[in-house]
Amino acid sequence: MTIKGKAYIGGIFEHPARKLGNDISQAELHAQCSKGALEDAGLSFKDVDGYFGAGDIPGGLLSMVDYLNLTVRHLDQTYTGGSSYLYLVAHAAEAIAAGKCSVALISLADFGRRGTAVRDRGEGIAEQPFEYPFGPVTVNLYAMAAQRHMYQYGTTSEQLAQVKVAASHHAQWNPNAVIRKVLTTEDVLNSPMVADPLHRMDCCVVTDGGGAVVVVSPEIARQLKKPKVKLIGVGESSKDQMGGKIDLTYTGAVRSGPIAFAEAGVTPADIKYASIYDSFTITVVETIEDLGFCKKGEGGKFVCDGNLVSGVGKLPFNTDGGGMCNNHPGNKGGITKVIEAVRQLRGESHPKVQVKNCDIALAHGTGGSLGTRHGSATLIMERE
Amino acid sequence: MATAYQDRKIPVAPLNAGDAPFFEGAAAGKLMVKYCNDCKQYHHYPRPMCPFCYSTHTEWRQARGTGVVYSFSISRATGPIPYAIAYVTLDEGPTIMTNIVETDLDTIQCGQKVTVVFKPTEDPKLAVPMFKPA
Ligand SMILES: [Zn+2]
Repeated sequence: MTIKGKAYIGGIFEHPARKLGNDISQAELHAQCSKGALEDAGLSFKDVDGYFGAGDIPGGLLSMVDYLNLTVRHLDQTYTGGSSYLYLVAHAAEAIAAGKCSVALISLADFGRRGTAVRDRGEGIAEQPFEYPFGPVTVNLYAMAAQRHMYQYGTTSEQLAQVKVAASHHAQWNPNAVIRKVLTTEDVLNSPMVADPLHRMDCCVVTDGGGAVVVVSPEIARQLKKPKVKLIGVGESSKDQMGGKIDLTYTGAVRSGPIAFAEAGVTPADIKYASIYDSFTITVVETIEDLGFCKKGEGGKFVCDGNLVSGVGKLPFNTDGGGMCNNHPGNKGGITKVIEAVRQLRGESHPKVQVKNCDIALAHGTGGSLGTRHGSATLIMERE
Repeated sequence: MATAYQDRKIPVAPLNAGDAPFFEGAAAGKLMVKYCNDCKQYHHYPRPMCPFCYSTHTEWRQARGTGVVYSFSISRATGPIPYAIAYVTLDEGPTIMTNIVETDLDTIQCGQKVTVVFKPTEDPKLAVPMFKPA
């Protein structure tokens, strides 16, 4: 069975807020994001027959279905960190292709948390006793991937900085973005060193927020007014410590990418726009190598010369400003990766960053940590 | 630039069944690693069942305590003091998460040879292996 052509992205919504404080409950934020995506599609809560969520649902899936007063025939909760929402789009497409639902709602709503404290993740986690004493936090784990990539391939801090710089060129046109100043290489390199070799500006922003995506069957898609965005390939995998045979220089995209490209029947050269999960600059460099946009080890060179900038380079990426500059709702950037790819395919991105003739786009999520365990999911979409 | 090493308070997470020999071994000055008697490979983190061949014929063995730095990062913002998290590849094969200690943290390099030292944790019965330049 394939999902190719059997599911469409019918609706999208990105919450405009970046800081919410105690103004709204998490459940209500899910509800407002869901409503936004359904209205974008021209559908209502009564049309939803499948609900898909991740780890940010207070009380779990059943609590949210209750809160939204949905009547569903398909439920899926998958939690792989910030990449969850790309897995959920894939799972929704699979459920729709199998006839298990026809209007699938996926929502994200959460509050940001600074990742500097070493957290005890609770009892019963097999690896935790062997990691916690050594002070692992999100940034120093990604930093170890960056350090090794530099050692093995000669990648430099200047090269990594180009990811932030490119994102800032896009974010200047996004009124909701946290960082709207166009940044220079020096801005990144002069920002404080958080965990060598990653500077403050090698990191994504920390924000509150949310978003939602509605995936629909071809029959429903035909009745909707927005330009049609068809899912043509999905791939998922994970990557970990492999029993101690650790290799931090590649990501799970080496598996999820080829699965998605094969199903879609396209190659990296066909991709006009890519949303690449950008928790840290190194995440983007390793991912574009692993997806085949350049050779292994050459990601540092590839991101130079404005290659990620829309209208300038070979691979326009994260034209909303991405996690680097726009937002990272509740430390999870997966849903916004899908949303900006859909905007590009519809021709709804800001005119200054809209890719011309954008007919095929890719969205990739990396959730968890490059330094220990992470989820990888790749979606390929086509404008019909 | 120099970033002097300082001892920090080492926390421990609740141990799961089977974990204790690693930490009690460290408290006795021994680096203990899991070895599989069927596929003849070491693995880490330790499990009762080998993650390579899924045999349950695994045993704890004392490693030599020497290896090379696979990668590292100096946490400067986590506080209260800078520390160097690292992966060290043991001469026996597996790469383990640890800290690099007792050296100027700014001189640590990938590929550097290191040797084990044992650091006490907040639990007086348990210690952890860390590494310093060989
Ligand atoms: Zn074995």
